[in-house]
Amino acid sequence: MKRLLSGNEAVARAAWEAGVKVGSGYPGTPSTEILEAFAPYPGVYAEWAPNEKVGLDVAVGAAYAGRRAFAAMKHVGLNVASDALFAAAMTGAEAGLVIISADDPSMHSSQNEQDNRQFAKFARIPCLDPADSQDTHDLTLAAFDLSEQFDTPVLLRMTTRVCHTSSPVELGPQRENLPEPGKYPRNLTKYCMVPANAKKRHPAIETRVAEIAAFAETFAGNRIEWRSSDLGIITGGVAYNYAREVFPEASVLKLGMVYPLPRKLIREFAGRVQKVIVLEELDPFIEDQIRLMGISLYRPENLLPEPPYPVTKEIFPIAGELDPVVVRDSGRQAGLLPGGENGGLALSMAGLPIRPPVLCPGCPHRSSFYVLHKLGVPVNGDIGCYTLGMVQPLDALHTVGCMGASVGVAHGAAVAGDKERHVAVIGDSTFFHSAIPALINVVYNRSNVITIIMDNRVTGMTGHQDNPGTGRTLQQKATRAIEIEPLVRALGFDKVVTVPAYDVAAIEKTLKDWMKSDEPAVLITREECALLPSARNRWLPLEVVSDKCNGCTLCFRVGCPAILKSEQLDPKTNRPLALIDPLLCTGCEICAQVCPRDAILFRNQVQSKQIPQEAA
Amino acid sequence: MKSEGINFALVGVGGQGTILASDVLAELGLRLGYDVKKAEVHGMSQRGGSVTSHLRWGPRVFSPIIPRGEADVLIAFEKLEAARFIDILKPGGLALVNDYAIEPLSVQTTGVPYPGDEMLHERLAQVTQHAYWVKGIEIAEALGNSRAANVVLLGALSALLDLDESQWDAVLEQRVPAKHLELNRRAFRAGREAVATAV
Ligand SMILES: Cc1ncc(C[n+]2csc(CCOP(=O)(O)OP(=O)(O)O)c2C)c(N)n1
Ligand code: SF4
Ligand code: SF4
Repeated sequence: MKRLLSGNEAVARAAWEAGVKVGSGYPGTPSTEILEAFAPYPGVYAEWAPNEKVGLDVAVGAAYAGRRAFAAMKHVGLNVASDALFAAAMTGAEAGLVIISADDPSMHSSQNEQDNRQFAKFARIPCLDPADSQDTHDLTLAAFDLSEQFDTPVLLRMTTRVCHTSSPVELGPQRENLPEPGKYPRNLTKYCMVPANAKKRHPAIETRVAEIAAFAETFAGNRIEWRSSDLGIITGGVAYNYAREVFPEASVLKLGMVYPLPRKLIREFAGRVQKVIVLEELDPFIEDQIRLMGISLYRPENLLPEPPYPVTKEIFPIAGELDPVVVRDSGRQAGLLPGGENGGLALSMAGLPIRPPVLCPGCPHRSSFYVLHKLGVPVNGDIGCYTLGMVQPLDALHTVGCMGASVGVAHGAAVAGDKERHVAVIGDSTFFHSAIPALINVVYNRSNVITIIMDNRVTGMTGHQDNPGTGRTLQQKATRAIEIEPLVRALGFDKVVTVPAYDVAAIEKTLKDWMKSDEPAVLITREECALLPSARNRWLPLEVVSDKCNGCTLCFRVGCPAILKSEQLDPKTNRPLALIDPLLCTGCEICAQVCPRDAILFRNQVQSKQIPQEAA
Repeated sequence: MKSEGINFALVGVGGQGTILASDVLAELGLRLGYDVKKAEVHGMSQRGGSVTSHLRWGPRVFSPIIPRGEADVLIAFEKLEAARFIDILKPGGLALVNDYAIEPLSVQTTGVPYPGDEMLHERLAQVTQHAYWVKGIEIAEALGNSRAANVVLLGALSALLDLDESQWDAVLEQRVPAKHLELNRRAFRAGREAVATAV
């Protein structure tokens, strides 16, 4: 039976078919739907771990216990989990263990575009790199077999376009019926990586890679499609699609396994075409390995203009994702395709207002940033919806690096002697992910950092996943929510206050009080994300009373997309009055608190206006 | 109907229901016997950013991304986004635009005004004369729920593509939760009529 599945759904389906027992990981675009789609299958255990390192340790633990398992995360998540990755690469496991990394070329929703195929080579484990959903399904099944055959974790590396593109998949019939695993292993030389044992394992894993490379020669995921012998393209991952679309005549060596490479197969292919090129997204990962084999790749006669950085990718760009236009243009410049123009004309965007993401109307993060902007302090930010506190007009966030960094970065400035008082802001999910050790550092080593934990009761940015603060698991079981305030107190903070996130005055007063002393402190602002179903039920659009508003524009400073300039001008000031879009406003009252003329009705005022009308 | 396939680009603002619309089109393509690829970039869950989705029907579809100038149809759920992405459309292609504005916050912060209708029409006209404007929100509101505007647009599309109406209905039934089905059927028909009368 064929079904339309996204790449992420295809992983989940194949993992279920492969008899996988345990899936763990942490949300992150574009990987999130893998675990979300896996969780409802019968007979599986799926969870959100607080971070990727824990998630991978869990998968490793399940595989040590003889059950097939995977961990799924976005590319930067594997940085967090890399310690666990390298450990598992040394030990292997008792059952199939697959690590799924979803990379994000062009950084649609990420802070960098690292190419995680490099991790496979770094850790000496095989890397599979699918092109579409069917391929993802088939390679996921292959990954578990490969893992068991060679006693190695396998990296299944996906990219945004593979994860989030849906295409038809021929489903496998049912779930594999795996035998009950034996007794938990007590195999110290294999599973206790103390130096004496690890020294023996290192040569073993180098031998393992060589064996996998030999296997790769006949692996079904690596295949040659012979067409014209003029041009041969070696490709892997999503780039295979562009090879087929832009060079329909060319012969193609499609590598489903991009590490280790099938060297004989590559030599055979290269030997039978006149020109051979490598088409891959991001790093010259395959290209460099092939050059090292001494195979001469096609070089354009007049080499392309040298980029201002060293790179061994000669034809296709190293930065950004590929698409048919990029591939075609590069192919033309390299003399591989006849000259010509791309279809259509590129229009300039000049004169069109941009539409970057902004905090939603009613977002509970808005009030803190409004206050922080007013206070003018340096704010060290973190990753989540609240990163948007950097956007105009809130403009109240000055650094964003990687998850959990805010607190450590603020502490670093403080201990370095920066004269200004630093505030770190972090979301609830990010707090559980990686801020707890950083807060221990602040309170134990006594810096004066003020941390705001913006507790919107959910992992918002990635699409509303549960986290340890929500009281529900990925498989929709009720559990005990971890309260942030007592946890922070237990770390040793004396100054800890929780306020309702919409309460602008309370946030301002608390921060101003704390600025007077030199102690570390933690403010928790608590209110559900405005997009959660329970919050939606409370939406109630506010109204501007036009004879009270004089167009002072103060309410625009909260940066809410629901507040517009109306066409009506104030007769005295000649400035446009404020207008609230009833389709967008949630009634959070942040703007109403900021208005100095009481021109924006509060919820109870709107309600008492509505009741008589309805009665009439 | 072109046997070699159709490329659809869907654009709008986060929260407008582009995903449901592209799901419907994907399912429809499969029923018609095409290979289908549907590419979405979702991530930031906030409302308010530009969103696009690429949907390709063909005998065999490779690239998930529609190259610039190669979309046969552009469906825009918001009119500024129609103007922003019009160059994905092939010259002379079909543009279907929801006549509805969502003002981006940047209008206030950068001072670049929301373009007037004339500028929007001119920009579209640089690529195609086949632009249809549908009052999707008004029509949906009249039926009782502005959120059905996406299905109004699908109805309008159905009047412009030469496809069996029963196929559309079967897909709607499959994709739309039962309790919203009647509303969406009405929205679909209203959209279909809106264009039929305009053509
Ligand atoms: C190491 C790592 N893992 C995952 C992500 C993806 N990611 C970005 S923001 C975020 C969660 C934010 O949730 P929260 O801290 O609760 O803030 P909110 O978005 O709800 O405001 C995640 C998981 C990432 N950027 N880096
Ligand atoms: S999704 Fe929720 S937390 Fe994120 S910006 Fe919107 S309201 Fe704020
Ligand atoms: S109450 Fe004000 S700030 Fe809140 S959503 Fe409505 S317009 Fe925006």
